Amino acid sequence: MSDIAIKVDHATKRYGERVILDQIELDVIKGETLVIMGGSGSGKSTLLRMMIGTVPVDGGNIAVMGRTICGLSTEELSEYHKSIGVLFQSGALYNSMTLGENVALPLREHTDLQDETIDIIVKIKLELVGLREHTDKLPSEISGGMKKRAGLARAMALDPQILFYDEPSAGLDPVTSAEIDELIIKLNKVLGVTSVVVTHEMDSAFRIADRMVLLDRGKFIRCGTPAEMRASTDPFVKQFINGLTEGPLTERRQSDEYVDDLLDIKV
Amino acid sequence: MNVFAPVSYVGRTAAYVVAFIGSIGLLFRDAAARAKPGLFTGRGKRLGRANLWAQMVRVGVKSIGIISLVVFCIGAILSLQMQPILNQYGAVSKIADIIGIAMLRELGPLVAAITLTGFAGASIAAELGTMKVSEELEALESSAIDPIRFLVVPRVFATTVMMICLAVIADLMGVLGGMFVCWGLFGIPPESYLNATFTAAKTRDFVSGLMKSGVFGAALSLIACHLGMTVRGGAAGVGDATTKTVVYTIVALTFIDLGFTAVFYYLGF
Repeated sequence: MSDIAIKVDHATKRYGERVILDQIELDVIKGETLVIMGGSGSGKSTLLRMMIGTVPVDGGNIAVMGRTICGLSTEELSEYHKSIGVLFQSGALYNSMTLGENVALPLREHTDLQDETIDIIVKIKLELVGLREHTDKLPSEISGGMKKRAGLARAMALDPQILFYDEPSAGLDPVTSAEIDELIIKLNKVLGVTSVVVTHEMDSAFRIADRMVLLDRGKFIRCGTPAEMRASTDPFVKQFINGLTEGPLTERRQSDEYVDDLLDIKV
Repeated sequence: MNVFAPVSYVGRTAAYVVAFIGSIGLLFRDAAARAKPGLFTGRGKRLGRANLWAQMVRVGVKSIGIISLVVFCIGAILSLQMQPILNQYGAVSKIADIIGIAMLRELGPLVAAITLTGFAGASIAAELGTMKVSEELEALESSAIDPIRFLVVPRVFATTVMMICLAVIADLMGVLGGMFVCWGLFGIPPESYLNATFTAAKTRDFVSGLMKSGVFGAALSLIACHLGMTVRGGAAGVGDATTKTVVYTIVALTFIDLGFTAVFYYLGF
C-alpha cells in the first residue's frame, strides 16, 4: 500500500451525456515512470488533469500519497499543488518573465527564502536542464525544446515528489525529443521522483516507461511493462504500438452510415 | 422558421446578461477577498506589490498622454460648439461655468474611462486570454498560485486607483481645452475663465466625478479580466474577448453613469 504514489479508483469523467473517462482503475508506484498512451480523444489528457486536480472527478476517487484529491477546498488543493510539478505541452512559460523569473516564481510565492538563495536554486534547476546560461532570456527568444526544458526546471522548483508531463515530445524534432526523454529518465533516476507521462509518441514512450497504460475512447485497455506490451496479443495494443491503420481502433470509423449519409444528400 | 425565435432570442440574451453581471460580481467578490493577502499581508505581497506597481504604470501612467489629448480636444470642441448659442443670449461669459461643471461631473471621468477601455481594458483581456490559451493560467494553478490573486487583484486595484487619478488629470485638461479656445478665439482672458470655473464648479461636482471614476475603473478591469480568463478556442477566442471587452465595457460604463447621475439627481448632490 505504501509504495503506491497515485491510486486512481474507478475515476469517471462526463461532459453532459458524453463519458470521457469510464471507471479508470490505475496505480502509479512510487519512483516509477508511468506512460499513459492513447489516440486523440482517448481521454488521456483529461486523466492527467484529473490527477493534477485541475479537472474535477465526476465519479470514483483519486488518491495521491494516500490522500484523496477529490472534493478538496481551494486551500487544500493548493497545498497538494505545492507537492507536484507539471510540464505542460507548450511549456506554458510566463511570457512576460525571463526563464530565471519563471523558475523563481513558485519559490518567491511559497517560500520565505532570500533573493540570493532563490537565485542559487534557480541556477541549480536551470543547470539540471542545461539552460543555466539562458537565465535572462525571455521565452520568446528560445526554441520549443528549450521552452519545454525551462518548463521542466520550473516544475521542479519546489522539489516535487511527483512530476506530470503532458505530451513532452509533441512538436519537437526527433533529436530534441530524445533529449527530453533523456532528461525525464535522468530526473527519475537522480531525484527519485515519480513521473506520469501522457504521450502518443511510441518511440518516446518505450524509451522512458517503466510501465505503460493504453486508453481508448475513455476506456482502460491494458497496462504493462514495455516488454509485456510488445508481446501482447491484444489487438488494440498491437494496433496502437505498431501504428497500424487496420484494427479495432479504426474499425468504428468505417461506419455503415457513410453510404446512407451520401445517399441522403442525393435525395 | 419559428415564431418563437425572437422571443427565445430575447430570453437567451437576458439570461446571458444576468449571468454575465453575476460572474462579474463573483469575480469582484473573489478579488476583494484576496486583495488583503495579495497586497498587504501574507507571502503573496512581495510579488503582489511588484505586480501592482507594474500594472499602475502600464494602465495609469502610459495612458496619461492619450487621455489628456482626447479630453483637451473635448473641452475645445465644447467651447466652440457652445459659443454661438450662448452668444445669442449674451451669455458667453457663462461658457467657463458650463464646461467646468460638465467636465468635472461628467465628461472628464467618462471620456477618460472610455479611452482607458481601449487603452488598458482591451490589452488586459488580450493578455489574460493569451495566457489562458497558452496554458499559463493552468500552469499558475498547478504551482498553487491563485490566478485571481496573482493576476486579477493587481490589475483591478491598479485600474481603480489610476482611473481616479486619471479623472483628475482629465478634469484639468478638459477645462484647459475650453480655456485655450476661449482665450484664443473669444478673447476671454485665462484668469477670468479659471475664476469663473472655480466659482461655478463646487467640490461636490469634483467629488461626484471621482466617485464615478473609481467604479468605472473597477468595472472596466473586472470585465476585461473576466472575459480574458474565460477565453475559449485559441487566437480567435482572444480576438473575440478583446472586442467584447471594449463593447461590453462601454455599455456598462454608460449604464453605471446613468445610475450614478440618477441617484445624484434625486439626492440633490
